[in-house]
Amino acid sequence: MSAIAINPVHRVVRFYEAPIGKKAIMALTGVILFGYVVAHLLGNLQIFGDPDQINKYAAFLHNPANAGLLWVARSALLLAVGLHILASLQLWKLKNDARPVAYVKKDDAAATYASRTMMWSGPIVAAFVIFHVLHLTVGAVVPLQEIAPNEPNVRANVIAGFSNPLISGFYILAIVLLCTHLYHGLWSMFQSLGFSHPRYTPKLKKGAAIFAILIAIGNCSIPIAVMAGLVK
Amino acid sequence: MRITLHIWRQRNANDAGKMVRYELPNVNHEMSFLEMLDVLNEDLIAKNEEPVAFDHDCREGICGMCGCMVNGMAHGPLPGTTLCQLHMRHFKDGDELYLEPWRAKAFPVVKDLVVDRTAFDRIIAAGGYISVATGSAPDGNAVMVPKEDAERSMDAAACIGCGACVAMCPNAAAALFTGAKIAHLGLLPQGQPERQQRAIAMVAQAKQELFGSCTNMGLCEAVCPKEIKLEVIARMNGDFIRASLSGR
Repeated sequence: MSAIAINPVHRVVRFYEAPIGKKAIMALTGVILFGYVVAHLLGNLQIFGDPDQINKYAAFLHNPANAGLLWVARSALLLAVGLHILASLQLWKLKNDARPVAYVKKDDAAATYASRTMMWSGPIVAAFVIFHVLHLTVGAVVPLQEIAPNEPNVRANVIAGFSNPLISGFYILAIVLLCTHLYHGLWSMFQSLGFSHPRYTPKLKKGAAIFAILIAIGNCSIPIAVMAGLVK
Repeated sequence: MRITLHIWRQRNANDAGKMVRYELPNVNHEMSFLEMLDVLNEDLIAKNEEPVAFDHDCREGICGMCGCMVNGMAHGPLPGTTLCQLHMRHFKDGDELYLEPWRAKAFPVVKDLVVDRTAFDRIIAAGGYISVATGSAPDGNAVMVPKEDAERSMDAAACIGCGACVAMCPNAAAALFTGAKIAHLGLLPQGQPERQQRAIAMVAQAKQELFGSCTNMGLCEAVCPKEIKLEVIARMNGDFIRASLSGR
């Protein structure tokens, strides 16, 4: 007979109460958000296509026939963001409670810059996302142009937005932080979900770095192209 | 060689504590780090001052008793080494060293550099063992263990429970320690019957002891005197998630 005793609480409660459970939630919601970042980037890169290509894509997304699907996707993303932030705040509190007295001297150089700054890059990116939605989805920053109802003139709005160096600057900063966040998150999610192998984990880390850099280049190319006058 | 030490002095658990500066003008480079502290203490006793309290036992790097932060690194700057096995030849003449106790809510300071690590004992008591019927010893080769599993289990079992992983972790997480114990038993056939309960019980106990949560930074791995790998944490995560999903 086993002598190991387990607290008889509901398995869902026990799972989420454990830091490992919260990390698993952060990993799974992270996958969803990462998928969105990639999909969003692929959509955005259409600005380099025919002048009306990205507007056609936007009209397709905003087509009233797709409204149900659009809101399902938005709700899923909002839920993922909400859970990701909730778990991170709870883990952050745990971290602060776990070491009430700080070191006089502490050398964290052995950890990557990205891993040390997750709690900085995360909130800054979140603030940027709110601004970004207000700017280009809601139109609360500058009035947005429309070709017709439910057909936003995305091309004109993007060019108008990124012609402002402050908006472009904030965008580029947020993308760089997003990508450092992604670099640590992308390989770390495997570890959080229980996968680590001396043969594959180093490759995963390299792959995460390459992916993060590609995403940064792809995203930053848009404001840079607008400011350089390559996209008119 | 001349060494300047800044040491955390704290009379007892309730004392506020502070850093105190000590000058050691004649440190022999062949001394171990703890021998240097012994010399300092001899000096302090001769001057009728309270010697610096620090934990130590075997001084062979195998018992897990010693350890403190040296310039922000658990067990000092040499990788894969306990504080007792660190020698002064690894430092330079004129070096200034900050010695601080392991800092964690779960490791309250007892005195100076000594902390109470019984939280680790309670994590072990929660599930860091196997249940076996007593009686005559089983036949040595009755249970086959694949060579690679035996090696990996042994690597995890090298953990001496010194607490450097917790001390170094910015989250004060006990993930490397708990992971090492779970991997050590879970890699062997004898550990299988209680593998799920063990993961759940030990993880829950670590949380109850107010250790933090792992964020996969790898600082624990960098300072572990037994060079336990981050892989054991992934294994613990996997065991815990699997037990939560598939346990009946």
